[in-house]
Amino acid sequence: MRQFDVEVKVWLKPSVFDPQGHAVHGALVSLGFEGAGEVRIGKFIQMQLEAEDEEAASRQVEEMCQKVLANPVMETYAFAIRERGQ
Amino acid sequence: MREPTPEAIRDQAIYRSLGLTDDEYQLVVEKLGRLPNYVEAGIFGVLWSEHCSYKSSKVHLRKFPTTGPQVLQGPGENAGVVDIGGGVAVAFKMESHNHPSAVEPYQGAATGVGGILRDIFTMGARPIAFLDSLRFGPLDDARTRYLFAQVVAGIGGYGNCVGIPTVGGEVQFSPTYRQNPLVNAMCVGILPANGMVRGEAKGVGNPVFVVGARTGRDGIHGATFASAEDPEEKERSAVQVGDPFLGKLLMEACLELIGTGAVVGIQDMGAAGLTSSSAEMASRAGGGIELVLDRVPVRETGMTPYEMMLSESQERMLVVLERGKEDVAFSIFRRYGLEVADVGRVTDDGMLRLFWRGEVVAEIPVRALVDEAPVYERPVGPPLSPARASIPEPGDLAEAWLRLMRHPNIADKSWVYRQYDTMVRAQTVFGPGMDAALVKVPDLDKAVAMATDGNARYVRLNPRKGGAIAVAEAARNVAAVGAKPLAITNCLNFGNPEKPAVMRQLSDAIDGMAEACRALDTPVVSGNVSLYNESRGQDIDPTPIVGCIGVLDGIARRMPSAPRNAKGLKLVLLGREDDDLDGSLWAEMACGEPVGDAPYLDLAEERRLHDLLQQIAADAAAEAVHDVSEGGIAVAVAEMAIASGFGAAIAAPSGVRAAGWLFSEAQGRAVVAAAPEALARLLDLAERFDVPARVLGEFVDAPYVEVSFADRQIRVSLVDLEEAYRTAIPRLLRQDAVNSRATL
Amino acid sequence: MRWAVVVFPGSNCDRDAEQAIRLITGDPVDLVWHDADDLSAYDAIVLPGGFSYGDYLRAGAIARFSPVVRAVAREAERGKPVLGICNGFQILTESGLLPGALLANDHLQFRCEIAKLRVETNDSPFTRLYEPGEIIRIPVAHGEGRYHADAEVVEELRRTGRVAFRYVENPNGSVDDIAGILNARRNVLGLMPHPERAVIDWMGSEDGIRMFQSIRAHVEEGLAHA
Repeated sequence: MRQFDVEVKVWLKPSVFDPQGHAVHGALVSLGFEGAGEVRIGKFIQMQLEAEDEEAASRQVEEMCQKVLANPVMETYAFAIRERGQ
Repeated sequence: MREPTPEAIRDQAIYRSLGLTDDEYQLVVEKLGRLPNYVEAGIFGVLWSEHCSYKSSKVHLRKFPTTGPQVLQGPGENAGVVDIGGGVAVAFKMESHNHPSAVEPYQGAATGVGGILRDIFTMGARPIAFLDSLRFGPLDDARTRYLFAQVVAGIGGYGNCVGIPTVGGEVQFSPTYRQNPLVNAMCVGILPANGMVRGEAKGVGNPVFVVGARTGRDGIHGATFASAEDPEEKERSAVQVGDPFLGKLLMEACLELIGTGAVVGIQDMGAAGLTSSSAEMASRAGGGIELVLDRVPVRETGMTPYEMMLSESQERMLVVLERGKEDVAFSIFRRYGLEVADVGRVTDDGMLRLFWRGEVVAEIPVRALVDEAPVYERPVGPPLSPARASIPEPGDLAEAWLRLMRHPNIADKSWVYRQYDTMVRAQTVFGPGMDAALVKVPDLDKAVAMATDGNARYVRLNPRKGGAIAVAEAARNVAAVGAKPLAITNCLNFGNPEKPAVMRQLSDAIDGMAEACRALDTPVVSGNVSLYNESRGQDIDPTPIVGCIGVLDGIARRMPSAPRNAKGLKLVLLGREDDDLDGSLWAEMACGEPVGDAPYLDLAEERRLHDLLQQIAADAAAEAVHDVSEGGIAVAVAEMAIASGFGAAIAAPSGVRAAGWLFSEAQGRAVVAAAPEALARLLDLAERFDVPARVLGEFVDAPYVEVSFADRQIRVSLVDLEEAYRTAIPRLLRQDAVNSRATL
Repeated sequence: MRWAVVVFPGSNCDRDAEQAIRLITGDPVDLVWHDADDLSAYDAIVLPGGFSYGDYLRAGAIARFSPVVRAVAREAERGKPVLGICNGFQILTESGLLPGALLANDHLQFRCEIAKLRVETNDSPFTRLYEPGEIIRIPVAHGEGRYHADAEVVEELRRTGRVAFRYVENPNGSVDDIAGILNARRNVLGLMPHPERAVIDWMGSEDGIRMFQSIRAHVEEGLAHA
């Protein structure tokens, strides 16, 4: 078995209003960061994972995202997998 | 990291960084008969800190009355306990979390709530309510708004999740708290009158367990930091993080375990964590305790005995079980998914002895740590001589009235309390917004009344009278809802005790509080002292906060602070007529700082009023009672009018100064709303209790509040009063695009 | 009839629901721990409010994997009434027993107050004793109560009369002011407000009583027919 470091990002789908992002955008603009565009705030999940190979790891993480880590009704996700020590 | 040797600790005065003075270090050496090692010196440092040992305040705290037929447990335990009849007792305590909240407001406030919660359920009591007394600088400052918003969010974040309603408290704003916000959290619980558990490590050979969260490096030296100056200098790394979910599981599991009778003693690992819990539990039992630190579950690798002993990781309990009953405990903790570790046993040799990797790493007489901690009679400065001030009368009384309604101390606080779950447990009879909260006792026709109070302006102007007023106001609020005040807890928030002027404030305030406790028959059963509330040499105004509890026998007797239907009701003033602005909020607004003496107070009159208020409720002789406090009669009547949606027309007696009569904060008074047909009965009762009473006027079905004086009449629109009252705080906070946790 | 109130680690309105049901119906009520995998002995099931598993990750996200939620789904399938209050509603949407999701309130704060609701239908086991269009007062207490579903789902809820309650003044930014919804079969109701906190005069409202009475009437009728 090989060891992987997994990083998952989960955030609200574009169609869903993100009040945190909205508020932060307002704060940034009021602080003079006039160029700041739309802000979306999400979650960042770090995990260590043991799997046969990268493909198996990827399959498992995909399933985790769909079943647990994100709620597809309102959220979307992306992840990156890196083998340990590489 | 290599720990310094005993010789290095002495030669390089490393003990100073552990919170010990040169003299205290010498005393440690004497007590041990040798040089302390690093672990031992650290343990002495935290247990002899102001926070744990009360070394500066102890001689003064002895002045409090602490006994009475209602008291089942006075100060010295995790919480005080009073009997409320019907086989039920109430456990309650208030504690400060000022310094942690100044550094990291959300977590500081949340862990303050979590800590006081554990102090209550360790008595075997099921927590039923939180109250929070908060003090901040003026809201015109962005940092203050951030602190305020985050503290409120943190209190809600913890309390809402553990499922205990936050039913009361108060918030005040003054420049004195700009650098030193105060966060005092109170928890109230109920237990069978014969079911109290103590924090005692009794029974030689009984096993000692650590239950709950794993031990990490968080909060190391929190207790000594809490006693040091300047929150600015305190490191953020010392901040503890709360886990209310774990706190809830721990509460349920411990209450279930206590119910089985297997618990000999139990204590929260609060400030100074494992050190204070083990030493204090051994001290109370007059015995000793041995811990094997290798068995303490840790969250981080490479933790040293020093770090394990001083960690302030949250949601951990130290439990002594009756030998042979371990399995009962394990099965309960397993069901809640809680980690439990057997870490030691109770001994009878009076020593706190720590093992690590097969060696004794600390061996200290428990008495030396707890009972023989240094006690200081710090120099007390000369007494203040409060002087009456001449306070300018406002030109426009109506405008002054509106300004008062808009003052954040007076304005509507629903922005705060609608962020708290005030109703979970479904026992809240009165939540925030009433003079006192009322929480029903399940299965009995009884409710516990509770209120917090403390006005630093009065204490600053006249520490003795101000201290007495804090007790009088809290008890009056409890009596106002019809309940009988039974006992108090307190948090004494003061400046640097090494300054004689601060010690004078502390000593005098305690004298005044003690006097009021005696007069009102409300002994002190628990409490906490927070000193060194100073920043850059500037001490806060002395702020003793009082939490009072009482009992209401019969839910139907509850008395609201505003009538449900005000139509046709008369308004009656109970207590003296007064037109003195000394110490009032209006005077502070007019002069830019607190001026004059503290307001009028007579404890005998106060007591008679409280007795009368209970009788009025029992006889249903009124529809509402609202105590007269900050902002005087003007604010009391305006609040009743706003809450009921009716106008009012009242008249002042002749010969009074108009502004003084409207805004005087003379104590011992209440405004009562009564039906015309109950008026004679009400006045008769007042006479019987020897309390002055006068019909002020009545509610009117009109959109204004009107006051008639001998020479003039003023009229303020109810819409204006309500607008001032309801929008002041949201408006101040709206200046920020963001004040939520996620974004700052 | 017999009621089950499901208890997850972190539930905190379980006893409130139990107390309200006992008071109103006099029926036996069991607090059922989250590891139970069979609820067939019960005639009605309540998922109470609270913070199951601390609401960590997302409100209700971890609780949905409890054995008891599978058992709840089975009983719902058999047509038994299932009432999800607050966190219970969140668990029902997370587990797919009800459509949509509950997000952080639009103002980002926890909100506790007595809310006015409009009863939108009395065609359900939970609302049969209310009048359609009636305004009732029920407390809300939540930080994540903003109902969200995509436009087609909302349209379908509307078209099929499955919006059970709407807020008169929206406290959280919910789409279409939705406070509570029914499943297609109308035997599962999720709502953010707490009916169990409005059952005695001193609570400030007694409008929650009829919800429990409705469920009881529905079940007793079914038992009589059986």
